[in-house]
Amino acid sequence: MIDVIVIALLICGLVFFTGGAVGILRFPDFYTRLHPAGKMDTLGSFLMVLAVALFNLHEFSWAALLTSLKILLIILFVFILNPTATHAIVDAGFRAGMRPWTKKDRGK
Amino acid sequence: MTDVFLYTGLFLCLLMVASLYRSVFGPTVLDRLIGVNAIGSKTVILLLLIGLIYERVDMFVDIALAYALLNFVAVLAASRYFQKRKGLYEEPPYK
Repeated sequence: MIDVIVIALLICGLVFFTGGAVGILRFPDFYTRLHPAGKMDTLGSFLMVLAVALFNLHEFSWAALLTSLKILLIILFVFILNPTATHAIVDAGFRAGMRPWTKKDRGK
Repeated sequence: MTDVFLYTGLFLCLLMVASLYRSVFGPTVLDRLIGVNAIGSKTVILLLLIGLIYERVDMFVDIALAYALLNFVAVLAASRYFQKRKGLYEEPPYK
């Protein structure tokens, strides 16, 4: 039973990671590329780390519970650090004077 | 279950190669930074999956945690460095 949940979570995370990678490759502009990079990676990391933490508990022991709590700590860090890194990159681009992509730039 | 983790890790490696395109051929420096950030956040997951394959998750969790923090510090330092520098563009932004 727990294997089915773990595999479903892994596949959901892979779907989100695939969307993020395709968005990074295909979007036209620096700011629009940050949109999949910031959001999809955070949610994909959340789902896949949750799957690993669940699978680690399939044989229960206190050491495995402690390891799972550490894995959940990674989720906490990712949820704080990934948006902060995205905001720092946007800030750097904005202060360096990058102009956002508009419809006039289509085809360049 | 080991096969599932193995193929998931292989697919993650494929996605990392796709993100590597942006960090090699990106038009500006910040595009390369986006690619490096995406690769780093996939590497954390890959480290956890390698830990499950080798059945030493308790050791690999610490490595993954340290790698997440290190990736964040690297991206933050690089973006703070490049916001004061001109010449991010290969061609001028205002035409």
